[in-house]
Amino acid sequence: MQRYGILSLIREGLRGHTGWEPAWRFPEPKPRYDAVIIGGGGHGLATAYYLAKEHGLTDIAVIEKGWIGGGNAGRNTTIIRSNYLYDESAAIYDHALQLWKTLGRELDFNIMMSHRGVLNLAHDEGELRQLKRRVEANRLNGVDAEWLEPEDVKAFCPPISISPTLRYPVLGATLQRSGGTNRHDAVVWGYARAADALGVDIIQQCEVTNILSEGGAVTGIETTKGTIATPKVASVTAGHTSVIAAMLGLKLPIESHPLQAMVSEPIKPVMPCVVMSSAVHVYVSQSDKGELVIGAGIDPHLSYTQRGSFDIVEHQMAAMVELLPFTSRLRFMRQWGGIVDVCPDASPVISKTRIKGFYVNGGWGTGGWKATPGSGHVFADLIANDEPNAIAAPFALERFVSGALVAEHGAAAVAH
Amino acid sequence: MFLIRCPWCGERDVSDFSYGGEAHIARPADSDAMSDSAWADYVFLRTNPKGVHAERWNHQAGCRRWFNMLRNTATDDILAVYKMGETPPQVSANLPATPSGEAAIGSGNDAAKVMTTEEGRGEGGGK
Repeated sequence: MQRYGILSLIREGLRGHTGWEPAWRFPEPKPRYDAVIIGGGGHGLATAYYLAKEHGLTDIAVIEKGWIGGGNAGRNTTIIRSNYLYDESAAIYDHALQLWKTLGRELDFNIMMSHRGVLNLAHDEGELRQLKRRVEANRLNGVDAEWLEPEDVKAFCPPISISPTLRYPVLGATLQRSGGTNRHDAVVWGYARAADALGVDIIQQCEVTNILSEGGAVTGIETTKGTIATPKVASVTAGHTSVIAAMLGLKLPIESHPLQAMVSEPIKPVMPCVVMSSAVHVYVSQSDKGELVIGAGIDPHLSYTQRGSFDIVEHQMAAMVELLPFTSRLRFMRQWGGIVDVCPDASPVISKTRIKGFYVNGGWGTGGWKATPGSGHVFADLIANDEPNAIAAPFALERFVSGALVAEHGAAAVAH
Repeated sequence: MFLIRCPWCGERDVSDFSYGGEAHIARPADSDAMSDSAWADYVFLRTNPKGVHAERWNHQAGCRRWFNMLRNTATDDILAVYKMGETPPQVSANLPATPSGEAAIGSGNDAAKVMTTEEGRGEGGGK
């Protein structure tokens, strides 16, 4: 793999940028692989990278129906944090956060990781108590978290109004200083380049149309580029998990919903951190280009259209103007929708299935991006060893039978 | 992003309505004798199809009555509206050519649009 750095930049600058190599290959699929990963997003490419790097499984392929990073990896608001209430969630999201910290260096790719801090605002007494409880729960799990009184919120993030006469006054906030944002494309490209260098075939513009099995075990896949034999198929298809599982007759506890986000025109730096508010339901950060990046809640109905409803946009805008009145005169550049697979307990599925050799990683709901490296890391472990490790185990499909749910939705009052 | 024709009130914006999830899931009659996995099936598992979906809606900001609807989740085309207790009517839908393909119209995904060819098979082609 060609190293990126100041020296290579100077060298290429002096010779007219003629020496840059393609960051990854565009191979045709081979007739057989040791494992096939369906989905070339952040989670899928991370899975492939860790499979090759940590488990020596290099004869593998990532199959992507569009182009890598063109699905939810390219549609999220790139918020990174790990301040979840429950031990199981804290373990996996903090595992991811620790990997994020050194990922750019590890991949030799600038993922523009910015640990600028994430604020979760409390607007009423109930929320205040719940968020304070979450700070304590986070600390017990070794997750960095602190409680800010309104004056501290104002000092940390000046554009927020802490006037007590607001309709939704800011009574305080949790702060995770190690949280922040990064650049989604760079993460996808970094993983793709590193995985490709280890021998992983990344096959784009190739859709999986069927999964073949025999005697309850996976034997291969059919794609728009032919049939591929493989003993292991791993679905990492945010937004299509149920569709892929249905190819093997599996029904999952997942429903797919549109989730919308949007960006404003670029403005001077005004937002020093990520601000999230569950009560008015919006989350805002500012990209390095100056655009405000805004997300909110899902459309309530099930859909695969990657478009959302106008009334959701309206709610989102109302919430943002309530929280940050100066934004009322901003113009908006782009609005888009992605499809999020939501589990009833708002926690992901990282699991084996009753079909031997078929693994599912999905159902991340509205909060998958932050987990990308952790998700890929523990999923690679599951695929290689055919057993989940301690971090992945609580997210097995059996929890919907046993009742041991990781119910983050209701308990944490967390906007993702 | 669609209008729904309430069987009692007529056509209104989707924001008038609340979504009630998959339709025609009957509560098990003999629940005492059910296994945990049968309960999981009833409570949690859903078909979640990319295609025709039977679902319940409530006209919350109108007559507040429930009804069923058939909608193509790949395009958001509403194919039929019918009353609670009725069996879903037969409909035809513009379905993606491949299981996770995108319809030519009605999808926001340009990265993976799969256009239908004459043979009816999908042909990958990003724009």
